[in-house]
Amino acid sequence: MDTAANVFGKACGYGGLYVFGRREYHSNIKGLHSYFHLRVSPQEVLANINDVNLLAAFDAETVVRHINEVVPEGGVIVDSKDLNTKVLDIRTFPPEFIEEIKKLMKEENLGETLNDWLNHAKQRNVHVFPVPYMDLLNQIGEKLGIAQISKITRMINVLTIGVSFALLKYDRKLAENAVKATFAAKGKIADMNVLALNMAYDYAEQNFKDDFKHRLTKVDVDEERLFLTGNQAVAMGKVLGGCRVQTYYPITPAADESEYLEAHQIMKTSSGEDEAIVVIQTEDEIAAINSASGAALAGARAATATSGPGFSLMVEGLSWAGNDEVPVVITYYQRGAPATGLPTRHAQGDLRFVIHAGHGEFPRIVLASGDIQECFYDAAKAFNLAEKYQMPVIHLLDKAMANCSQTYKVFDYGKFKIDRGELLTEKDLEGKEYKRFRFTETGVSPRVPLGTRNGLHWYTGDEHNETGHISEEPFNRIKMLEKRMRKLELVKKEVPDEDKLKFYGDTASENMVVSWGSPKGAILEALDMLKQEGLSLGFMQVRLIHPLPAEMVKKALEGKKRVIDVENNFLGQLGGVIKEATGIAPTHHVLKYTGRPMTTTEVYDALKAILTDKASETEVLMFGS
Amino acid sequence: MVLKPSDFRVPEVYADWCPGCGDFGIMNGLHMAFADLGLEPHQIVMVSGIGCSGKEPHNVKAYGVHTLHGRTLPFAMGIKVANPALEVVAIGGDGDGLGIGAGHFVNAGRRNLDMTYIIHNNGVYGLTKGQASPTLRLGLQTKALPKPNINEAVNSIQLAVVSGFTFVARSYAYDVRHLRDTIKQAIQHKGLAFIDCLQPCPTYNNITTKAWYAGEDRLDDAGKPQSRLYKLEQTGFNPEVHDWSEDLEKKIVAISKAQEWGDRIPIGVFYKNELEPTFEARLKDRIPFYMERPPAKQKLCDENGLAHIDLSEFMENLKTS
Repeated sequence: MDTAANVFGKACGYGGLYVFGRREYHSNIKGLHSYFHLRVSPQEVLANINDVNLLAAFDAETVVRHINEVVPEGGVIVDSKDLNTKVLDIRTFPPEFIEEIKKLMKEENLGETLNDWLNHAKQRNVHVFPVPYMDLLNQIGEKLGIAQISKITRMINVLTIGVSFALLKYDRKLAENAVKATFAAKGKIADMNVLALNMAYDYAEQNFKDDFKHRLTKVDVDEERLFLTGNQAVAMGKVLGGCRVQTYYPITPAADESEYLEAHQIMKTSSGEDEAIVVIQTEDEIAAINSASGAALAGARAATATSGPGFSLMVEGLSWAGNDEVPVVITYYQRGAPATGLPTRHAQGDLRFVIHAGHGEFPRIVLASGDIQECFYDAAKAFNLAEKYQMPVIHLLDKAMANCSQTYKVFDYGKFKIDRGELLTEKDLEGKEYKRFRFTETGVSPRVPLGTRNGLHWYTGDEHNETGHISEEPFNRIKMLEKRMRKLELVKKEVPDEDKLKFYGDTASENMVVSWGSPKGAILEALDMLKQEGLSLGFMQVRLIHPLPAEMVKKALEGKKRVIDVENNFLGQLGGVIKEATGIAPTHHVLKYTGRPMTTTEVYDALKAILTDKASETEVLMFGS
Repeated sequence: MVLKPSDFRVPEVYADWCPGCGDFGIMNGLHMAFADLGLEPHQIVMVSGIGCSGKEPHNVKAYGVHTLHGRTLPFAMGIKVANPALEVVAIGGDGDGLGIGAGHFVNAGRRNLDMTYIIHNNGVYGLTKGQASPTLRLGLQTKALPKPNINEAVNSIQLAVVSGFTFVARSYAYDVRHLRDTIKQAIQHKGLAFIDCLQPCPTYNNITTKAWYAGEDRLDDAGKPQSRLYKLEQTGFNPEVHDWSEDLEKKIVAISKAQEWGDRIPIGVFYKNELEPTFEARLKDRIPFYMERPPAKQKLCDENGLAHIDLSEFMENLKTS
């Protein structure tokens, strides 16, 4: 399914179209319902919407779960063999969903087979396109001389794409190119898939004369574009930012990033000498954070990537890194929680966790990206922040960004500067007395990598003196703790405003949306829609979650009639943190905790209801299966 | 400049171990081994965990990283991978390495990084006042225990052999010369070396005491104590694997030797295998310039500070136009 979505997205990209894709899957290897929701447009697309124009189903369950999202004049591609499937016999439905279906069947007077459901949809002018996938596969098998059809059943995904593009009257050459590019490394598999694509395309052209009105038309573009996921963007940002050691323990939805890095381990440079990142799969997340810290002490830019359960294990190591002023970066992809929670689903429930995690008081930076492009640049910036201020940096992301794909103009990264902060070399140290934790005005003490001549020093998890030896003297404790915490003031002062907060829309309006992370795309699109209707509001995206730029936030929110907090969690955590820091509480909350990201449609609906005083103080969103 | 063991002392730090603590012996063994090997302080990184032994690096003039309970090996791994030119010596207590850190112990063996790990094995958690450690045997009741130990002990030598450590030895904190020589061999070994260093805890372990190891309760006919410790090297024991065909047998012999305890306790090298590729060598197979330009020694940017990584290979597959 991912392959199909990738081919589809690529083919659209080749035709100059923008794509936004969202991947939804269960915590299993195969069997349960997975889907990929793609939105395509000649204009930039930042999020999904509720409406589906074309549903391409590999199985009966997909039809049942999504048929009501298909709009009038939309289409459903379905396997002919599934038409007689009795909906209540679908084994993968959990009992609580069967109850829902039964209720629906009663209310809508729906029959028991999939065909009954499809006929019901036809009454809404939904077009149904049954495809005999097995027959097509048999024909392909014959042509290729493959007797065992089970070996090529996975090609159903490419068949679906062929049918889809034929219905959409899209240039089949572009689809062919996308198939070739996707299977480039797999030799003759690429040819087999091109054949399958064309047979499906032909089949649809010959059999579906029905005038499906939706079209995909290529447009000319004169810029290079990328279609990528947040995981990939972060990986690239990391190596750009100088990350040379990455440690991880497998966890959804973070592991893809590390695997991508390992696959691209050796990198060319403009200076001519190759560089490389070492990726270590550790035995657990405890080892991951602590070995990353070790690497950072030795002078490498080092990071680890994880999700909630993994970060929970890292917390003691985080405290050590804070105490010992270690420039280590933690990429944190939030997912549905608590405990194992919704392990493959989206959430933003860990904001308060990351700003408070760890025993004791120590400085840290928490930086939250709101889209895939920000993921890239922030991943690089995180290392500058970590080394300049010598503290752990948590780059806070979420499953939506990790697994969504989006089209962007190729990133222009040529101007990115590496700032290693106060880092001393053997030469700087010659003839001088060096103290690793020297008391300074800013709190930042010049750093020396382990192994440097003339720079001998110690680290300890205990409170320590300037040299790094254990000290429990009260006056030293005061000075050392204050020195560490003082660095946060420097962070607040020096981080550029646009890395703290970003403003969009009409910020002078009496209404202000506040949010962070992946809801950004849906909010921006909703803002545009509302503006066209004459409804004015601004949007403040919080990027520097910690230390929170409280004065700036206060200034932006003071005097607003409505402050609308939009988050993928239950408590409205950012809203709460803002209230603590500024005394200004959100007047409204738009929250979603189904494990699915917000769509533009539902954010628009909620904001509109709030602005027209038709909403309650808390709007809970629920769209998506 | 040739350094003496005393050059590795840290005079400004008061070593706050109990009088008679085995940690002093281990400290001296480290000072002597480093001096004998001609190492300079800045080339060495001592990494430790939590407990009395965790303070060892503060008493050795070398880079010191005193980490978290049980996490010695992960920190050491990160340091060594980032800069393989460093001489990394990790140390920790028996609870640190075989209790809370047991998972790291096993997995460190799978990697075989070229570094040394020394466990201070005294059977008790000293710093928290004498609870049973993972090396205390079933039924023993050291003096701070309210009841006899309900858990069986883990055999660190056997665990090291089956986990993949490629140098496995035991020494004794009060036989400083033997310890010095063992540490030297461990550091010179190409691969992950483990030393199980027996040591009395004069405050909390009243069973395996200095007198017990010395055999003061076992007098020969002349009234002379018969030490419980004997040296493998003096028995003609040959621990080294010269060919893979003898590996399994050497491992089995090492495991079986490590079973000995009580009135005859072997010290010395149990197992040694330099045929197994180190983690560094495995990395070098993937990254040919890894040893010359390891992660800590890469430039990251050009002379103007601009990041110099060329991302075009990453982007090639992602391009749609």
